[in-house]
Amino acid sequence: MTDFSAAIGSALSLVIGFDPVLVEIIGLSLYVSLTAVLFAAIIGLPLGAAVALFSFPGRTVITVLLNALMGLPPVVVGLVVYLLLSRAGPFGVLGLLFSPTAMIIAQTVLITPIIAALTRQVIEDLWAEYEDLLRSFGAGPLRALPTLIWDGRFSLVTAVLAGFGRASAEVGAVMIVGGNIDHVTRVMTTAIALEVSKGDLALALGLGIVLILLSVGINGAVFVVRRMAEQRYG
Amino acid sequence: MIRRIFLLLALILIAAPASWATDNAPFITVASTTSTKNSGLYDYLLPHFTSETGIEVRVLAVGTGQAIRVAKSGDADVLLVHHKKSELAFVAGGYGVERFDVMYNDFVIVGPKTDPAAIKGITDVSVALNQIASSGTPFTSRGDDSGTHKKELSLWAEAGIDVVSQSGAWYRETGSGMGATLNTASGMNAYALTDRSTWLKFANKGDLAILVEGDERMFNPYGIILVNPERHAHIKAELGQRFVDWIISAPAQALINAYTINGVQAFFASAAAS
Repeated sequence: MTDFSAAIGSALSLVIGFDPVLVEIIGLSLYVSLTAVLFAAIIGLPLGAAVALFSFPGRTVITVLLNALMGLPPVVVGLVVYLLLSRAGPFGVLGLLFSPTAMIIAQTVLITPIIAALTRQVIEDLWAEYEDLLRSFGAGPLRALPTLIWDGRFSLVTAVLAGFGRASAEVGAVMIVGGNIDHVTRVMTTAIALEVSKGDLALALGLGIVLILLSVGINGAVFVVRRMAEQRYG
Repeated sequence: MIRRIFLLLALILIAAPASWATDNAPFITVASTTSTKNSGLYDYLLPHFTSETGIEVRVLAVGTGQAIRVAKSGDADVLLVHHKKSELAFVAGGYGVERFDVMYNDFVIVGPKTDPAAIKGITDVSVALNQIASSGTPFTSRGDDSGTHKKELSLWAEAGIDVVSQSGAWYRETGSGMGATLNTASGMNAYALTDRSTWLKFANKGDLAILVEGDERMFNPYGIILVNPERHAHIKAELGQRFVDWIISAPAQALINAYTINGVQAFFASAAAS
């Protein structure tokens, strides 16, 4: 129990004290994960919608694959991206290993299947509901795609949030491709792992509490925005 | 709309990393060990180098085995680790330019204060390890090909004990860093081999204490090597060489000697130049 009360104490002092190192780490965490979410959404939303709307050979395989890849182990993604970006690897000339960009790439790979798979489900359900109506206006799958994405935007926000949750909580991928370098690639989760390795469990748990609060804050903000938008645009 | 989004994306990618400021300054990447990182030595030492030269040092803290592999692929400019045999092989293989002594400290065996193997105060590490083995008390090993792990395996071999066959019984390989292994030892009241600096800084000691120390075989020397630019053209040879020259210079060596953890000197400078 002493560890828990010490953890809450250290979490409070971190937040109230506005610790500059912590602010930097939170900033980098948000930059990396939000950018990854942005890219994953740009790829995943149209991809999921396309799989839902078009019939083509191998569609079932892709659907199963997308669902399965939602559970991609972060360490494996990290390892693959590491090998690709290493100086000895195919993209080594770019010199991206151990940089925030490498972390964004790894997290994008990690969460694109999550956003795509959830999008596919949402759009497929909407298509089942509105197919006859849309076709009666002369809209095939291609023209229906933007309409359905717009129509399902509130549900799709949840898909994107699921991706963000995964990105901001994982440690395996960013640890391998980022290297947890102070002031350069240290994010919330790798900082927690570092404090655990120093045996400072209270500080590690304190950081964990801050991370959870951050996640609650972001989800709360999205919820409020969504509620306001729903009331306005129904 | 779409064009605006792409413009925004481009702006984020270009502007945001630069706003982390460090990207514009010259920097080198040093592949090093968790023990030096966790000891806090770099946080104390590196700001001196950066303020003198304007060169930022990015430390990648992994096990010695992994650090050497990172340097071999050319993903780091300088290697600072603690397993002399592997370091010399690294240089002999043409991966590094030259090895220099930097500093040393020593390994210690920690264990539960109740000491079921009765090793407290023994100064011959082989005798102590034999007593741990015959008592069957859990011993947590790094098991991660790090410098400490390599050292530990050579100590077991000298003691004439085959730990591989005992893995999973009393010999527990954690496959993780020094701190994680000490956390495990603390949790299960096991013995463990650790470098002194990590132990001094470690906050979750629980019921563990230093039981065996002082055997000359537990000497722990650290060396620094510039990664060979002839093998990897992108290696920042000039900046890296400045760091090597600096750390073996008399002022930096004096700084190393002055570093203490809880009032105890953590490392002893050993560069030939000083």
